[in-house]
Amino acid sequence: MTLDMMLDWPTLLPLIFAGLMGVSILFYVILDGFDLGIGILFTAADDAEKDTMIAAIGPFWDANETWLVLAVGLLLVAFPVAHGVILTALYLPVFVLLLGLILRGVAFDFRAKVPVHRKGRWNLLFFIGSALAALAQGYMLGIYVLGLQEGLLAMGFALLTAICLTAAYAAMGAAWLIYKTEGALQEKAVRWLRRALMLTVAGMGAVSLATPLASPRIFDKWFVWPEMALLAPLPIISALLFLWLWRISARLPAAGDAHSLKPFIALALIFAAGFGGLAYSFYPYVVPDRMTIWEAAAATDSLAFILVGTAFVLPIILGYTIYAYRVFGGKAVDLTYD
Amino acid sequence: MDPLLLSRIQFGANISFHILFPAITISLGWFLLFFKWRYNRTGDEAWMRAYFTWVKVFALSFALGVVSGVTMTFQFGTNWPGFMETVGNIAGPLLGYEVLTAFFLEAVFLGIMLFGFRKVSNRMHTLATFLVAFGTTMSAFWILALNSWMQTPTGFEMRDGVAFATDWWAVIFNPSFPYRLLHMLLASGLTAAFLVAGFSALRYLAGDRAESMWKALRTGIAVGAVLIPLQIFAGDQHGLNTLEHQPAKVAAMEANWETRSNVPLVLFALPDEKAKKNRYELAIPNGASLILRHSASGVVPGLDQFEGMHPPVMPVFWGFRIMVGVGMAMLLFSWIGAFYLFRRGTLPKPLALVLVPMALSGWVAVLAGWYTTEIGRQPWLVTGVLKTADAVGPVTGGHVALTLAGYLALYAVLLVVYLGVLIHMALKAAKEGDRSPNPASGDRAMSQPMQAGE
Repeated sequence: MTLDMMLDWPTLLPLIFAGLMGVSILFYVILDGFDLGIGILFTAADDAEKDTMIAAIGPFWDANETWLVLAVGLLLVAFPVAHGVILTALYLPVFVLLLGLILRGVAFDFRAKVPVHRKGRWNLLFFIGSALAALAQGYMLGIYVLGLQEGLLAMGFALLTAICLTAAYAAMGAAWLIYKTEGALQEKAVRWLRRALMLTVAGMGAVSLATPLASPRIFDKWFVWPEMALLAPLPIISALLFLWLWRISARLPAAGDAHSLKPFIALALIFAAGFGGLAYSFYPYVVPDRMTIWEAAAATDSLAFILVGTAFVLPIILGYTIYAYRVFGGKAVDLTYD
Repeated sequence: MDPLLLSRIQFGANISFHILFPAITISLGWFLLFFKWRYNRTGDEAWMRAYFTWVKVFALSFALGVVSGVTMTFQFGTNWPGFMETVGNIAGPLLGYEVLTAFFLEAVFLGIMLFGFRKVSNRMHTLATFLVAFGTTMSAFWILALNSWMQTPTGFEMRDGVAFATDWWAVIFNPSFPYRLLHMLLASGLTAAFLVAGFSALRYLAGDRAESMWKALRTGIAVGAVLIPLQIFAGDQHGLNTLEHQPAKVAAMEANWETRSNVPLVLFALPDEKAKKNRYELAIPNGASLILRHSASGVVPGLDQFEGMHPPVMPVFWGFRIMVGVGMAMLLFSWIGAFYLFRRGTLPKPLALVLVPMALSGWVAVLAGWYTTEIGRQPWLVTGVLKTADAVGPVTGGHVALTLAGYLALYAVLLVVYLGVLIHMALKAAKEGDRSPNPASGDRAMSQPMQAGE
């Protein structure tokens, strides 16, 4: 692609929107990852701990989920044809995802507002909803990585990614709890983190191996010189971060609550590296090996119209999101409305 | 099984369930801002108590609105890919702006509004409340711009079967948009007003005489009494706009089979599409001509002009009548309520007993109205551009039936639980009254024991 081509809007705009969509998905996976993860860990916590865990995500979960709406919204805005192709291919897992998100979203509120003796069942539904949402996302990731294939092999692989992504979210949740809690719950969170980490490593390894093997095109993108050398830092950095996380978590919680945010940041970086690798593999396709971002793109004029607004609004959104995280920074305390 | 019909039922079920909650929250946010503003001005803690009671209802309704709204974003792709393929260039940016200017704003500041009272300054907390209310209203702005464009599309051209925008101003401010937006915002105001009044009436019936209950009750009744005449006027104007741009819809609303003058206003009938006439008709002579043309001899277009291209008559006809009927009940009871509350300073028990079920009157009217306008657009998905039948996806009927059954079961359970929790909250508030420790006295330093997340 020449520089001339890069500079005309019909070429550039789909690229910009693919980038924005990628960033939204990454933000979603990291941010909703930790609160879905906390929902998954619900099953291993006692009742008092559950309240603290909810308090650690209460002010954030709604905004976190909005990144998913933005990601799907951008898919719909920028690549309307691909939106239809991908979502009809993933019809049933999308339903499970939505079912999960609905259950956990309402359970989050209902558990605190129903009569006390019914709280237990909403706690259970919060766990089930979170787990279903995470499993469905992992399943869709697996199917997408294999190029929206059908068949038993694809389903088997997708089940594997489903379990591993769920574990990865649990690890994110545990890392967030290490940052937001103290005492016995924090110690418990460290143990949860280490257990979930093993499955996370397995999952990332499986996806990294399966992606090039499933598609010769992707294989050729990775295993040629000099790309191989240029891309090598991605897996190497991820591996080092895993090792570092494994070591540092063995010594947590540390005196004076040192390092409590570091596991979360390390995991977020690992997610970013893994996501970057996936993005590189699939570029320039939005539907793997079938439809490029330019083939699926909406009219240039429509993209320009929404880009203007995005350029103004997205920095503001980031600004007030950071503000909200600062307002509710520090250790989680019980949530009250007054 | 027919995937088209099932997909339509599924979309209808999803959006019907969804709209119940925005219909409340769009206006309840402004109610909360009003309570907060009164507290800031007067320092009267009863206002703050009313705020804390209603912020919980807001949180609950908002959560249900969010989760059912996420479903909608996916449904365009899962069930209606033809919609995005044909008009994605227009629908996409409008939905995109909704996410960017509304969803994040409300979601982020909701956290501060719900749980930040003690974490940020009072001014910041008031600002957060304002931004949430503003965000919900912005959301209504964009989604109604899109819906109105689907009803009365302008500002675009078709190239190779795909719509391209030529004038974004004309796309957003299409002919029916101002009327529809105003009509929906007023509908939301009435939904919240009667919910607040009915919830407070339930507290009253449970023996609660707390000042915060009276304040909420008076606010609800006053807002309802003021908004309902405005709504009747706005609805009439909206109807005239529809007559101009979508005459087939109005013909179905009036069950008027033939284009002529001196058309009666049909009050009751069972429209028979096969025989092209009304059974058991009860009508006011010249009524429809008078309303739609402001003259008894005014010629009103009938269904005969739109042979084979008009919406099904029965649901549109009855949807409209149910909406209007509920509106009349709102007028009656809000004005009686205003008379007793503001003239006599009392709430007679029979009136309280009526106000409790009227808490859901907004829901009934909103659904009936939306059914009228959405079914009234059929057979079109986008008037004159795309038929509903041409937008449905390749998913098999079996899959759609499975997910539809899942959604219906889930929604039924959630609705029952939601209403159960509202009743539980009203009775709990009635039991506690204003006697429990004051939530917001002086320096806001004291704490009220509460469960996490409550």
